[in-house]
Amino acid sequence: MTTTVDKPADAAARQQADDPFAQDTLPAAEGATGALLRSLLAPLRARVVLTALLLLLQQAAVQAGPLLVAFAIDRGVPALRRGDHGPLIAVAAAYAVCSLGSAALQYAFIRSSARVNQDVLLDLRGRIFRHAQALSVDFHERYTSGRLISRSTTDVESLRELLSEGLQELITVILSFVYIAAMLLWLDLGLGGVAVASFVPLYLLIRLYQRRAGRIFRRRSTTIAAVIVKFAETMNGIRPVRAFRREQANDEEFAVLNHRHERTNGDAMLEMARYVVGSRLVANTAVAGIVLWGAYRVAGGGLALGVLAACVLYLRRLYDPIDRLGMFLNSYQSAAASLEKIAGLLAQTPSVPEPSEPRTLPVRRSELPGRTVTFESVSFGYRTGGEVLPRFDLTLPAGQTVAVVGSTGAGKSTLAKLLARFYDPSRGRVLLDGVDLRELAVPELRRGVVMVTQEAFLFSGTIAENIAIGRPEATREEIEGAAKAIGAHEFIVALPDGYDTDVRKRGGRISAGQRQLVAFARALLADPAVLILDEATSSLDVPGERAVQEAMRTVLHGRTAVVIAHRLSTVAIADRVLVMESGRVVEDGPPDELIAGTGRFSDLHRAWRDSLVG
Amino acid sequence: MPTTSAATSAATADPPKRSAVRSLLRLWPYVRPIRTRLFSAAFVAIVASCVGLVIPLVLKWMVDGPVAGRDPGGVWLGALYLLLLGLAEAGLFGLRRWLVARPLASVEASMRADLFRHLQRLPIAFHDKWASGQLLSRGTTDLMLLRMFLAFPLTFLLVNGVTILVGMIILLAQEWTLGLVLLAPVVPMVIVCSLFERRYAAVARRAQDQVGDLTTVVEESVLGVRIIKGFGRHRSQARAFHELAHRLRGTELGKAKLLAAIWAVIVLLPELTIGAALVLGTVQVADGALSAGTLVLFLSTALALRWPVESIGFLLAMSQEAATATERYFEVLDAEPESSDAAAPGKPSDVVALGKPSDAAALDKPPTGSLSTGLRFEGVEFRYPDAAPDAPPALARIDLHIRPGETMALVGATGSGKTTLTALVPRLHETTGGRITLDGEDITAMPRERLRELVAVAFEEPTLFSASVGENVLMGAEHATADDLRRALAVAQADFVHALPHGTHTQVGEQGLSLSGGQRQRLALARAVVGKPRFLVLDDPLSALDVHTEALVEAALREVLAGTTALVVAHRPSTVLLADRVALLSGGRITAVGTHQELLRDNAEYAWLMSGADETVDGLSYVKEDR
Repeated sequence: MTTTVDKPADAAARQQADDPFAQDTLPAAEGATGALLRSLLAPLRARVVLTALLLLLQQAAVQAGPLLVAFAIDRGVPALRRGDHGPLIAVAAAYAVCSLGSAALQYAFIRSSARVNQDVLLDLRGRIFRHAQALSVDFHERYTSGRLISRSTTDVESLRELLSEGLQELITVILSFVYIAAMLLWLDLGLGGVAVASFVPLYLLIRLYQRRAGRIFRRRSTTIAAVIVKFAETMNGIRPVRAFRREQANDEEFAVLNHRHERTNGDAMLEMARYVVGSRLVANTAVAGIVLWGAYRVAGGGLALGVLAACVLYLRRLYDPIDRLGMFLNSYQSAAASLEKIAGLLAQTPSVPEPSEPRTLPVRRSELPGRTVTFESVSFGYRTGGEVLPRFDLTLPAGQTVAVVGSTGAGKSTLAKLLARFYDPSRGRVLLDGVDLRELAVPELRRGVVMVTQEAFLFSGTIAENIAIGRPEATREEIEGAAKAIGAHEFIVALPDGYDTDVRKRGGRISAGQRQLVAFARALLADPAVLILDEATSSLDVPGERAVQEAMRTVLHGRTAVVIAHRLSTVAIADRVLVMESGRVVEDGPPDELIAGTGRFSDLHRAWRDSLVG
Repeated sequence: MPTTSAATSAATADPPKRSAVRSLLRLWPYVRPIRTRLFSAAFVAIVASCVGLVIPLVLKWMVDGPVAGRDPGGVWLGALYLLLLGLAEAGLFGLRRWLVARPLASVEASMRADLFRHLQRLPIAFHDKWASGQLLSRGTTDLMLLRMFLAFPLTFLLVNGVTILVGMIILLAQEWTLGLVLLAPVVPMVIVCSLFERRYAAVARRAQDQVGDLTTVVEESVLGVRIIKGFGRHRSQARAFHELAHRLRGTELGKAKLLAAIWAVIVLLPELTIGAALVLGTVQVADGALSAGTLVLFLSTALALRWPVESIGFLLAMSQEAATATERYFEVLDAEPESSDAAAPGKPSDVVALGKPSDAAALDKPPTGSLSTGLRFEGVEFRYPDAAPDAPPALARIDLHIRPGETMALVGATGSGKTTLTALVPRLHETTGGRITLDGEDITAMPRERLRELVAVAFEEPTLFSASVGENVLMGAEHATADDLRRALAVAQADFVHALPHGTHTQVGEQGLSLSGGQRQRLALARAVVGKPRFLVLDDPLSALDVHTEALVEAALREVLAGTTALVVAHRPSTVLLADRVALLSGGRITAVGTHQELLRDNAEYAWLMSGADETVDGLSYVKEDR
């Protein structure tokens, strides 16, 4: 970063700290995280109970071992000396049953809990995906794609880790604590009491660790996020990085971020080391104390040797899982942070909701595909404030091709997005053959209105599949027909596998113009009543654009069309031109009339014609 | 939906099978600087675990000695030993972690820094082939796995091996019959665990790949959200997603089944043998052949050995994962970076000498004189490194001379290779034949740094980085001042910048405000002109601008272009008019060079490109009539 702009940049950063979108902290209601977790588990209640039960029994079987040792030493040995094999056989049988039982229960538990975990994850993944798709375009314009992707990948992943490893660990640890404490108390109230008392310092230690490590982990996740952003951005923009010799500067910037992460990483490991030392110290001291007291009493004859042996064996088991508890806390903390972010995303309500009781479009009055579009007292402003389109009325009769021109920021795209129902108007209604767009179900809406935008994104898969997005049930002939009509057929058949060329493998070689042609073919195939073209030809060369216009003449015939373009050549195919300025339609009429007039369009047209020196 | 056939990630291409140990050995250069600490830590860990094994011996001594002999003083002594051993164990555990904490973090960091540095210097062709997500996962999860490997499996495979050995010796030395019973399951467990590990690795890999596919669908559904919404396809997209997620769930459940089975074995075998040892031991104690203390010792030692034995399976699995991570890491690090600048001059001229003897003569010309100044392409040929060997080159026999101060427009049909040609000048791609000279100097003979300082570029796809607007523009020039910034923004008509919340200090990019395509394009243009470069390469710099802004930019740009030697890719007549002359690129060759008027008159293809099938389209005819 250049030093000259450091200070104001700080100020900017501070102000951006107030914007939840800039800070990646979408607000979630109090307790939303817990509510989310509960709602994920609710449908699985029966299985959760079963899983818990399995674990309960399994731990009971596992913890029976030392008790049997005590029995063998205190009862089995004397009985054997008397020639009575009964108790020993009982011990042997019980031990075998417990071993087999705990193995079988462990098997059942792991499978059952995996079902719970996977069902929760499946549900959560689906929810995030569907919710992200349901959220309106204005949300996607503010919430960067990288964040959305990390919500459904890394954040889900950290929950998976917690569920598949951490949670089971935690329950096992707690259960064995409870069991062992109960056993110890039952074996000997005094020894058990000491063991239970040792939980107090351990608990305090865990609390302390949790607090301290929590801070470090939060810092660590911020530092790794910074590393990731820098990394991804550099690789995605490798061309400008090279061309502007940013390698050295990037190395230095990256080194700072990387070092910051290294520090916190080391801090986290050291914190863990402190925790391990502390918990081991408490545990080993307790063991020494208990053995001392127990042995003293055995020596004094106040305690059976077998009981002492069982106590010692239990103690070793008791303190074993403390380290693992620390690891659980780690995964819990990162999962909690992730869940909070996911809950924040899910709390966003779609600003363009689907209707609960959808209406259908009326039957067309004529053979032609077009429908009438009416903007009725519509005004629009973004949620963040500022009116973009002041109140206006506009009717586009069925079958009319309307060109919308005007400079950047005049509101052309907003008009198009209202018509495509990417946004809903702040006030007023947008009607299609008299039906409010808000009352149409999505499939009905998309048979009505389709929009082709400037950014022509290709999905992985073949060219044919990409065109078929327009109408998934289309045949190969129909797909090729659409491509031919738009002039894309030639370049497609020249690709290595023609229509079956995988766009990802050669994606880099499909030029921006060619991508736009594919997007066009897609829209043609969809065969909508109203077609919106928003800068859809910006990357085409002149012959390409001309071919598209040629095709449009036939394709748009009878259809209602709204064409937005910087280049006025598009106007050639329009029946009507709207000139927009600062959100208002300032001129409206047939192109010839406007050109002949003295208005803005006439000026624009002259400027454009001059640029077309030919 | 195309996504149902989502391509499997690039990483699934079968990597050459290499033994895990051989792969892991490649980490040595990074481990070397911390070897002392790492080895001391391993030594400390071995001592700590042996201390753990001594504790049961003390217990035995207590039970058979002071307890049996009713000697309270001896009990105190034993407890003191236990306490000391416990303190030592805790201290050693902590010492081990303390020894390696910072060094391991530094290994991870330095491997990441090397990866980043290396990636920045790999040829663009490499980046075209690799998805950035694949590179990122190497820089994050894979390196984390390696750090974990160094922290745990590497140390504990050794430590546990030693612990098991010492434990065995103690048990056998005490009472070999009972010892053998307890040791019986060790060998089958290790075998079962390593068998399991192999099967588990396969399933785990499948799950990883399926996660990758799922991520692809997520990514595309976010990036293509306008298309999905525009065609109302979100239900079918959700179905495709659900199908993949379901498949992943199936794989994960299969994984759990394997895991459940191995855990059952891990629980069952030792428990059964401990049970057997208990019964046998009890009989022997009753017979008086064994002391009660020895039985306690046996059982607690067996317990102490359980974890080392059980853990071998997952330690091996982690090592296997670490080996895969190492391979993935070095896959990238082994890729050849852009040839080093010093070695470069020899290579391209060899190609020229071999391939095109006629052009070799041109090389002998002194690099002075008007012919060699400016930007010159001489017999340039280019084929993509991954193109089929029989495919024709993307560019061939390009001879083009742009005189100093001249602006040359590059015109050609969609897909004719214009962008490829511009990428050759700053050496983003390397020519595969011929040469390019700047003021007579072969670009392969000058350091890339200097070349890219001389040549500024604006790309068709304008990329902004997470930084302020001002920083984004100023990265085009090292020593540019605030005045230069103002001037560049004015040339690009990027006045909207001043209306942004924090002016030129507004953060943009992934972490900040998102700008429209036209706005980004203008900033990219400002970035290209801010350093007043000697040579300027502009790839369709005005495509996303409206006609009004375009006219303003053109007027301002004309002044800039007057002082530089420029190559401008143009789609439209208006952009072409910025240029003094025009070169027509057709099928990978320059087929004509001349002024706009000349070409329009003499070259049918050019006329067609500039005005389309003019006469037949009524749409434009009224424009013509108008004139």
